[in-house]
Amino acid sequence: MSILLNKDSRIVVQGFTGSAGTFHAKQCMAYPGTQIVAGVTPGRGGQTHLDRPVFDTVEDAVRQTRANASLIFVPAPFCADSILEAMDAGINLIITITEGIPVLDMARVKRAIESARRGGRDVRMIGPNCPGVITPGQCKAGIMPAYIHKPGPIGIVSRSGTLTYEAVHQLTQVGLGQSTVIGIGGDPIAGSSHADILGLFESDPETEAVVMIGEIGGAGEEEAAKFAREHMKKPVFGFIAGRTAPPGRRMGHAGAIVEGGSGTHAGKIAALRECGVTVVDNLSEIGATVARSLKKELAA
Amino acid sequence: MKLLEHESKELFRSKGVPVPPSGGVIDSAGKLASALKRAGKAPWVIKAQVLAGGRGKAGGIKLAKNPKEAREAAKAIIGMTLVTPQTGAKGIKVKEVLIETGAKIEREIYFSVVLDRKSAGPMIIASAQGGMEIENLVHSNPDAILKFPVDPTTGLLDFQARKLAFALKLPAERVGEFVKLAKNLVRVFVDYDCSLVEVNPLVLTPKGLVALDGKVVTDDNALFRQPVLAAKKDHEASALEREAKKHDISYIGLDGDIGCMVNGAGLAMGTMDTIALAGGMPANFLDVGGAANEERVTKAFQIILKDPKVKAVLVNIFGGIVKCDMIAAGILAALKKIKLKVPLVVRLQGTNVEAGRELLAKSGVKLISADSLWEAAQKAVAAVKEARN
Repeated sequence: MSILLNKDSRIVVQGFTGSAGTFHAKQCMAYPGTQIVAGVTPGRGGQTHLDRPVFDTVEDAVRQTRANASLIFVPAPFCADSILEAMDAGINLIITITEGIPVLDMARVKRAIESARRGGRDVRMIGPNCPGVITPGQCKAGIMPAYIHKPGPIGIVSRSGTLTYEAVHQLTQVGLGQSTVIGIGGDPIAGSSHADILGLFESDPETEAVVMIGEIGGAGEEEAAKFAREHMKKPVFGFIAGRTAPPGRRMGHAGAIVEGGSGTHAGKIAALRECGVTVVDNLSEIGATVARSLKKELAA
Repeated sequence: MKLLEHESKELFRSKGVPVPPSGGVIDSAGKLASALKRAGKAPWVIKAQVLAGGRGKAGGIKLAKNPKEAREAAKAIIGMTLVTPQTGAKGIKVKEVLIETGAKIEREIYFSVVLDRKSAGPMIIASAQGGMEIENLVHSNPDAILKFPVDPTTGLLDFQARKLAFALKLPAERVGEFVKLAKNLVRVFVDYDCSLVEVNPLVLTPKGLVALDGKVVTDDNALFRQPVLAAKKDHEASALEREAKKHDISYIGLDGDIGCMVNGAGLAMGTMDTIALAGGMPANFLDVGGAANEERVTKAFQIILKDPKVKAVLVNIFGGIVKCDMIAAGILAALKKIKLKVPLVVRLQGTNVEAGRELLAKSGVKLISADSLWEAAQKAVAAVKEARN
């Protein structure tokens, strides 16, 4: 088991023939188990790219290849439209790597997703501005360096790309593999929240513990901590970046900004501790902390 | 990007939000006479144009009843260093003032449109108690704050605006006027891709409702479709930050002495935090980005070293798309162009890490290498201490 992605996932790549789409689709295809079944680039339907059929529309791709997940590299100005197209074609897992989507575009996308979910459809969006999703040993849909991962019991959910790689690398080094690793992205409005993903990990029998990586800005980590306290039995470990970031300045990610005293590092750490999340203060200690704590649990 | 008051009001005007008659912005008292003429009859208000709240209490806003007072006010404010709770102790130097005619204030209201992450869209925040800091009101009287989520596709609807007007206890004869203004402020937010539109205060005058102040923050991601905003200067960014941006490098200057070069925003923050944990202070936030190449690494070095406070440089790269050997080549190329006078600590991890480390080792360049970030941070802090002694 795993969450969201596995060896049965059939992925269509939107923005397939562009430079980012081409480079990363190739890397995903090279990861054992991954099924990239089609690509979409409007106007290039009927062609073949990387040995895969290219379609003009996502609808065509779904009809002819039974794709059930989408990986999006479409440039920011057109990306919201591509997400909505994937939804309209019936895709229920939409992973958007694209960075720089206007926040009001995401507001409109999020409304569409929520209204579909209220109607009973289990559609999920991951991202934007994220490294994607990987289920080690089964499927990679994203831009992460695959070789640092290994299959195992730890679920990871994170707002940041390279910070996730750091955590994965440390866990692998201490012998702890990962069930699924998910980047939810660094934008103020994201398709999925930390809490959404925690819920999925809690119901996944193969995940034994979760590492949650957050940063300053917003209230996603606080809400996730509350969720963990109320709905989770599995241990959760948390790291929050941005202790030294000055308020009011945007730290690279559009979502990483302390506004009007909310979303501070201290506030998030306090909320995590209060809810029983094990807080890791030193970024280099994530792997060691999880290993130590799980060993203790086994001994008990 | 944060806009100055006069820039914010320019957007307001373009969407039909009433603002006080303006004499424009001047940068010297010599240009005052024509500005007063443009503004109209006395009294006038002379307002410092800086990106900080609390200007009034700090002496950055003055009322003038005649040209002599206006001249004194303009002379006093232009060139002054304004220190408010939002500027920090160093304060901000005032370069320009806005000249407006004064308004007869009957009542003050607080009105803003913010991007609300939870409801995933714009949200109006309003209060019948205008003029004061909304953050204080949140603590002292949270019930006095009204919150109305808005659908960005439809904008503010008439009945929603009416509800808001009645909740703000506006007199019945002002409701129609308020509905129009509130809808237009939401249009400013949506049409210009804003993340904040704040009017504090929005005032009732005998002549009608007027946005007496204006604060706008726009979404950088939307600049490709906002030509008016894209043409504006980012007043908050320092010269160095603007230079970095031109090269797609995300850089923010800080107060410490350890310069950082990192790939990824989260890891860049994590690196800053680790330096602090090791007993040092970061000199900057710097994300070279996912598509970093040799040229960009060189540029990043140049930018970091332009800050005279920097006493050591820490490079922390976790290769994913970015390959460590490319970064190593970039570091070597940069060191050929720049004479590095401070210690350099390099921590490489991830894609092609062995090739990267080998390149650095073979080059014979003097640098301190580290395996983990923690080790790198400790070494950088130690290097700075040593340089001081």
